[in-house]
Amino acid sequence: MTPDGLPIRILLAKLGFDGHDRGLKVIARSLRDAGCEVVYLGLRQTTESVVIAAEQEDVAVIGISMHNAGHLTLGPMMVQAVADAGLDIPVIIGGIVPAADVPTLKAAGIFDVLGPGTPLETVVATVHAAAAAHPGSSV
Amino acid sequence: MLSVADGPCNYRVMSIDANPRAPAHRAPGPAAADGRVAESTMSGVPLDAVYGTEALGVPGAYPYTRGPYASMYRDKLWTMRMFAGFGLAADTNRRFHDLLDAGVTGLSTAFDMPTLMGRDSDHPWAVGEVGRAGVAVDTLADMDELFAGIDLGGVTTSMTINGPAVSVMAMYVAIADRRGTARSALGGTLQNDILKEFQAQKEYIFPPAPSVRLVTDLMRFARAEMPRWHPVSVSGYHIREAGSTAAQELGFTLANGFAYLEAAIRSGLTADEVAPRMSFFFNAHSDFFEEIGKYRAARRIWARWLRERWGARDERALRLRFHAQTSGVSLTAQQPEVNIARVALQALAAVLGGTQSLHTDAYDEALALPTEHAARIALRTQQVIAHETGVPAVADPLGGSAYVEWMTDELERQAEAIFAHIDELGGGSMLDGAIAGIENGYFVGEIADAAYRFEREVTTGERIIVGVSDFTEGAASQPSLQSIDPKIEAEQRARLDAVRRARSGDDVARALDGVATHARDPVRNVMPAVIDAVHAYATLGEITAALESVFGTYTEAAIA
Amino acid sequence: MSEGGAPDALLAEATAGSRRALGRLITIAESGGPSADALDRAMVGRPGPGWIVGIVGAPGVGKSTLTGRLAAGAAGGRPAEGAPRVAVIAVDPSSPLTGGAILGDRIRMQGLGDPRDVFVRSMAHRGAAGGLAGAVPIAVRVLGAVGVEVVIVETVGVGQIELEIVHVADTVIAALSAGWGDAIQASKAGLLEVADLLVVNKADRHGAADAVRDLEQMLDAGTATALGPDETWRPPVLTTVATAGTGVAELWTAATAHRAWLIATDRLARRRDDRRRHEIGRRAIDILAHEVDQRVAALGPTAAAATPEEAARRVVRQVRAGGD
Repeated sequence: MTPDGLPIRILLAKLGFDGHDRGLKVIARSLRDAGCEVVYLGLRQTTESVVIAAEQEDVAVIGISMHNAGHLTLGPMMVQAVADAGLDIPVIIGGIVPAADVPTLKAAGIFDVLGPGTPLETVVATVHAAAAAHPGSSV
Repeated sequence: MLSVADGPCNYRVMSIDANPRAPAHRAPGPAAADGRVAESTMSGVPLDAVYGTEALGVPGAYPYTRGPYASMYRDKLWTMRMFAGFGLAADTNRRFHDLLDAGVTGLSTAFDMPTLMGRDSDHPWAVGEVGRAGVAVDTLADMDELFAGIDLGGVTTSMTINGPAVSVMAMYVAIADRRGTARSALGGTLQNDILKEFQAQKEYIFPPAPSVRLVTDLMRFARAEMPRWHPVSVSGYHIREAGSTAAQELGFTLANGFAYLEAAIRSGLTADEVAPRMSFFFNAHSDFFEEIGKYRAARRIWARWLRERWGARDERALRLRFHAQTSGVSLTAQQPEVNIARVALQALAAVLGGTQSLHTDAYDEALALPTEHAARIALRTQQVIAHETGVPAVADPLGGSAYVEWMTDELERQAEAIFAHIDELGGGSMLDGAIAGIENGYFVGEIADAAYRFEREVTTGERIIVGVSDFTEGAASQPSLQSIDPKIEAEQRARLDAVRRARSGDDVARALDGVATHARDPVRNVMPAVIDAVHAYATLGEITAALESVFGTYTEAAIA
Repeated sequence: MSEGGAPDALLAEATAGSRRALGRLITIAESGGPSADALDRAMVGRPGPGWIVGIVGAPGVGKSTLTGRLAAGAAGGRPAEGAPRVAVIAVDPSSPLTGGAILGDRIRMQGLGDPRDVFVRSMAHRGAAGGLAGAVPIAVRVLGAVGVEVVIVETVGVGQIELEIVHVADTVIAALSAGWGDAIQASKAGLLEVADLLVVNKADRHGAADAVRDLEQMLDAGTATALGPDETWRPPVLTTVATAGTGVAELWTAATAHRAWLIATDRLARRRDDRRRHEIGRRAIDILAHEVDQRVAALGPTAAAATPEEAARRVVRQVRAGGD
């Protein structure tokens, strides 16, 4: 919930060819059960399709799942696409990201990186923190 | 570099037969030196090939619960898979030659993500993916280079490809044609299991019904022209990796096998003609006895359904044979060395369950592409099971255990409930039921619910993952990781450009038109037209687009 | 960018074509309370959308695919400037336990084409308080106010939610899939009573002709018992294969004919007037219910001496006396 009692809206998507969506679906259910409204965009999205959906759906947070080692390219591209659209929406990356790459991603503007084995409570807490840290993205 | 794989799920890499000189299972007598199984305990106690009462039944006899062959690993040890290669066709070809020089006769080819999706290396989404998790194949020129200097009639080739299987098979056939190798001399396996792509791995291209038609076209083509070829490997591995339970893996996979069988029968073939060329691919996960029960139940179910529902009589049709791979998703990024123990126990379950072939994952795969060191430990793990534990000496050593027999019955019961549901969805057709279940979200919903239930149990502490949810250590130890040369992508794109410049545009257009025309007619086989197109150097992406113009493109509708 | 508070500025930005502003306005509409009231006030005098189409049907019949096709066809590309011509509001249920929801209709809308051509918004039903009849009417007013001409409201086929569509839409399309018993299920669910058009989707499947025949027979039987929302409009039964786009143009033409009939018979204005009264009535009940709840909660120990009926009458008297 946001401070005014409304559900947090979060968009979940994967970029490109990669079809590993087990984690994304587990996270979707987990956030639903934590009271969030999950706009599920699923597989084979582009940074542009994510941005358009984020605008129309007015989500507070964008979650991108990565399993194809493209995070160092696609992560910063996603952040840039959000900024180019003039949006203030935090981007969280989940999936297989080596710990060594996390500082690079954070420096590029990724709000947080949730690696393999992250407890579901931590995922939910991170989404709440991201929504709270960007009040411009909620009413 | 020895090995390359895709994160936790490295089933799409190249592999070789690591004990190629082991005799065929039909040949009795002592095994060759590197495939020998001791027939006594390490203390010298002689052992029979199998134990049990008459009521328990024996391996090699209907319903094959205890194994497909009478003496199992005494006749032929399981095939150990060792991964190698990546990148450009030339890189992989060099590796193939090294392996062949070492006496290997079975080559296994994995393709990179753009190829698996039927797209060319210059597709916008191909950035960062070209040659990464397998070899990049855009045109016949790549396939020719991949198998340059290799006698296609003298090796068997396994190809892990699904959505664009017709195009890749056509390229293989086309290079054989050009070299004067008879199609009937070609031996190998195509994964070509599109149903599990919709259900789990998500590497689909066209909608389900035309996709199954392409599978059937390949089964018909292989039946008519390539009798040594296995045109379908029905795969539960990816269903399990997507988060299913063991019973769902078993039930969905066998149901998919029934669906392909039904599709082939509708196209005019018989169960006895098709089933002997079908093989299976299962996961080897962490719950030891559940996995063993799963493999035993799979054999029994397949034999009974083939005989009772489809009237199969040929024992080669009734006998289910499978490849197993340890579970990529069970590997942890935390304390990665512990994965060596996980892999060993999973591999042991697959062997006790009677697998015909086995791939063991490298311990560092939860983090990135595996290193040569880690891949070697994975192979050594299998060798320890084969040569030190004594487990292969006796067929189905756990048969007759009250618990193992109960577990086998229980998994069979759960699978039967799944079959009943799919059969009902299809109004009495397992094929229609599989497609209906894909379209209404049944499979993905069941799998996602199971994955979520397990994650919740880990989160609440009901289940423990060592090193992740308990027994954790502060700082994560990071093994050294493998990386890929970014130059590969530019080189492959340049190769593709060169092929496009050199070919006749008119020939390509005419051939692609032929592909669409064949695709439009549901009773024609698309293979001859696709073979013509690859001969004209139509690219993989162009052939995919021609088929898409007729079949349409699939987007997953089910989210739950 | 105008954050939150200023509906006039957001309305101006959205009218000029800002997706972000329009997205934010719908969030305000959805959130209810004083900010939604302020937004509604700012929209007084602005036009509503020309046409509101509702699409209902059970899960799995291909509603979203159909919606995507219809929306793309109706949009026919994008205007040179300003808001898109067509918008979709896709409503999914919220979890009754946690209030959360997974909203997946966007990815089901195959054939929607360029995502910039149609404004798509997913909404969670958010339970009984509000629900379809709560946020959707304000959201529809927002879309009309910024220049959207056609709004398609798609609702999940669960229980009462889908029947609320009559209180939102001018033209209701009920979707079924081809299969044994589907027509009967639709009838039991009350779909035939709210539908202005019936469409059998997945018509390439076995059983499509049977479903069409079953529906026609039910409509025949229903003419005697005023089945159908209006006795002089017999809902046409059409067939589509939404995944391939087959029959979608014909469906849209038939829906357009329904709209023309509504206008020609002066029913469009009457329906909208009825809906407005319904919304006023529902809001009045909400206000009263809230006041009653507060006063019941404040009842003192003396209430124990009264019967429930006596106490209730006392509460009603208090509410009446306290109102303005």
